[in-house]
Amino acid sequence: MEIKLQDLTKIFQAKDKTETVAVKSLDITIPSGKLIGLLGPSGCGKSTTLYMIAGLLKPNNGRIFFGDEDVTDMAPEDRGIGLVFQNYALYPHMSVQQNIMFPLENIKVPKDEALVRAQEMADLVGIGDLMSRKPKQLSGGQQQRVAIARALVKKPRVLLLDEPLSNLDARLRLQTREEIKRIQRETGITTIFVTHDQEEAMSISDQIVLMELGEKRQIGEPQDVYDFPNNLFVARFLGTPPINMYDGVISKKKILLNGKAIGTTKGADGEVFVGIRPEGYIIDKDGPLELTVYMVETIGRDTALIIKVPNNDNKTFRVIVDASERIKPGEIVKMKIKPKKMFVFNKETGELIN
Amino acid sequence: MLEKQSNVKAWLYLLPALALLSVFTFYPLFNAFLLAFLKDYVYGSATGFVFMDNFKNVIADPNFNQAVKNTSIIVFVSVPISVTVALMISVLLNSIKKFQGLLQTIFFLPYVTNAIAIGMAFAFLFNYEYGLLNLMLSWVMIDAIDWLGSWETGMVSLLIYTVWGGLAFKIMVFLSGLQSIDKQYYDAARVDSTPKYRVFTRITVPLLSPMIAYITITSFIGSFKAYRTIVGLFGPTVLPAGTLPDESFITIVGLIYESLSKSDTPGMVSEAAAASILLFITTLAFTIVNMWVSKKRVHF
Ligand SMILES: Nc1ncnc2c1ncn2[C@@H]1O[C@H](COP(=O)(O)OP(=O)(O)O)[C@@H](O)[C@H]1O
Ligand SMILES: [Mg+2]
Repeated sequence: MEIKLQDLTKIFQAKDKTETVAVKSLDITIPSGKLIGLLGPSGCGKSTTLYMIAGLLKPNNGRIFFGDEDVTDMAPEDRGIGLVFQNYALYPHMSVQQNIMFPLENIKVPKDEALVRAQEMADLVGIGDLMSRKPKQLSGGQQQRVAIARALVKKPRVLLLDEPLSNLDARLRLQTREEIKRIQRETGITTIFVTHDQEEAMSISDQIVLMELGEKRQIGEPQDVYDFPNNLFVARFLGTPPINMYDGVISKKKILLNGKAIGTTKGADGEVFVGIRPEGYIIDKDGPLELTVYMVETIGRDTALIIKVPNNDNKTFRVIVDASERIKPGEIVKMKIKPKKMFVFNKETGELIN
Repeated sequence: MLEKQSNVKAWLYLLPALALLSVFTFYPLFNAFLLAFLKDYVYGSATGFVFMDNFKNVIADPNFNQAVKNTSIIVFVSVPISVTVALMISVLLNSIKKFQGLLQTIFFLPYVTNAIAIGMAFAFLFNYEYGLLNLMLSWVMIDAIDWLGSWETGMVSLLIYTVWGGLAFKIMVFLSGLQSIDKQYYDAARVDSTPKYRVFTRITVPLLSPMIAYITITSFIGSFKAYRTIVGLFGPTVLPAGTLPDESFITIVGLIYESLSKSDTPGMVSEAAAASILLFITTLAFTIVNMWVSKKRVHF
C-alpha cells in the first residue's frame, strides 16, 4: 500500500515554551510493497516521522495517506501497522510465543489459529525453536527477530522499523539486514526502515529518503542518490570513505582547483565547493592535479592515499586507487578526475551546480 | 582473596547495625521467648518453667476468640481492598497529566499525619449526632446510623478507616513503580490494538508485580499487628467497661496490651509473651506462604 506524507510538520514544545521543529513540511510518497530507508544524522526527525506514521505522535500540520485513505486523525490501533522499536519493547514477562501471539489475542483471533500463525511467523524469522524462552534468555539478534515477528503476525498494512539494527554487533548487523530484506521480499509489505547508517540504508533499501534538520533533502534509488546528489549535505552524507570537499573556483565555465582546471561546468563564475568521490581519481602522467601523498593505507582490495591539497586549511583527503599502484608516502602523484565523480556546489546554499 | 577482603569489610560496616539490633530486637525477642515458658512470673521472678500452660491461658482468655476474629477480619478484608484500591488510584493518577503533583500530595498527606489524629478525625466523621457521614445521609433522606455504636457498623467504619489510612504509602510505592515502566511497552500495546483492561492485566500488573507483592506482604504483616487504628477510632480502652466480649474491637495486639496492663497478677506478663509468640508464628507462617505464592507469580 502506498504511503503519502503531505506537508507533514511536527513541533515539540518544551515546558519553557521553546519550540523544536522536529519535522518540517515533509512531502514523501512511498510506493507500495517497497522497502524505504529513512536516512539522516541523529536528531534529524526520523523517529518523529515514523511515530507520526504510526499514529503515536500527532502532527502539527499536514496529512498522512495510506493508499487513498486519510489516516491523519486515525488512532494507532486502527491503522494496521506493525512497529519495531529501537530497543524492541518485548514484554519481559511473556515468553517468545506469548509476545508474538499478543497482537492476535487483542483482536480476538481464535487460540488455535493464533498458535499456528505465531509459529509460522516465528519460523519465517528463524526463531521457531525458541518459542518458550523469555526475552532475557535471547541474544540481541534473536530479540530483534521476535520483535519483527510480533510486528508482522497480525498482517499489518505497513511495517515500520526504528533503527532495528543499532543494538547489534557489526557481524550480526550485516546478517540481520539481509534477513530483513528477505522477509520484506517474501511478505511484500510496504516497509519503512529508519537508520542513521548510510551503508545500511543503501544496501537494504529500494529507495532512500535523506533527511536533515527535519527536512527532506533527497529521495531516490540508493545508487541514483549517490551518483547524483542534489546538494552538499547528501553528497557528504553518502559514501565511505566520505566525499572529498575542496575549496574551488569557477572561472569561464572551468572548474579550478589551485588554479588548475580539472573539469568543466555550466555554473557562473565564483567560489564553490568541489566534491570529488574518493574513487573519482585516475593516476595520469598528464593529469592536471598534482597531489602530495602524505600517507598510504593498504586495505587489500585497493589502496587509500591520504593527501593534502594547498589552500585547504591543511585538511587531509582520501583517494582510492588500485592496489597494484605502488605509491610511497612523500611521492607527488599526477591525477585527473572522472567527470561523473565530481560535483560542484554553491558555497552559500549548498545546491548542486551542474 | 579480594572477595574475602570485601566480605570482612561488609561485616565491619554492618557491625553498628548488628549491635543495635542485638540490643533492641534480638535480646527482647529472646526474652519474650523465655518469658512465655516461665511459671507464675511476676515482678522479675518466677517459680519455675512450664511448657504449654501460658499458651493455654492465652487461648482460654475470654477475649481470645474475639481478638482472633477482629484481627482476621482486618487482615483478610482490609488488605485486599486497600491494595486493589491503591492500585486503581495509582493507575488513574499516573494516567492524568494535569494536577498530578497536587493530587499525589493530597493522597500522600495521610502518611505524614499521625494515625491517632486521623482516627479522631474519622471518629468525628462517623459521629452519630454531628458526623459528616450522617449529615450526607440526611441529604438523601436516610436515617442517621450510629456508626460506632454497634460492632457491625463499627467494624465497617474501622475497615474504611484502615483502608484509607494505608492507601498513602501504597500509592506512593505503586506510582513510583508505574513511572519506572518503560513507556514503549504502552506504545507497543497501542499499536497492537490492546484493549485498556488487557493493558492493565497483561502489562501493567505483571510489570508492577514485584511492588504489588512487596506491598501485599508488608500490609498483611502490618494488619496482623493492628492496634493503633482501633485506639484512634474507639479510644484508648480496647475493652470498655460493660461491653460484651463479642462486641469489643480487641485485636491480638490489644489482647497483649490487656494482659500487660495486669502485670501485677502472676503469669499475666508470660501470657502476653505467649500471645505475641503466637502472633509472631502466625505472621511468619503466613508470610512464608505469601512469598512462596508470589515467587511463582511475580515477574522479576
Ligand atoms: N518528545 C519530544 N519532546 C521534545 N523534543 C523532541 C521529542 N522527541 C524528539 N524531539 C526532538 O526532535 C528532534 C528529532 O528527534 P528524532 O525524531 O528522535 O530524531 P532521530 O530519530 O532522527 O534521531 C530532535 O531534535 C529531538 O531532540
Ligand atoms: Mg531516532
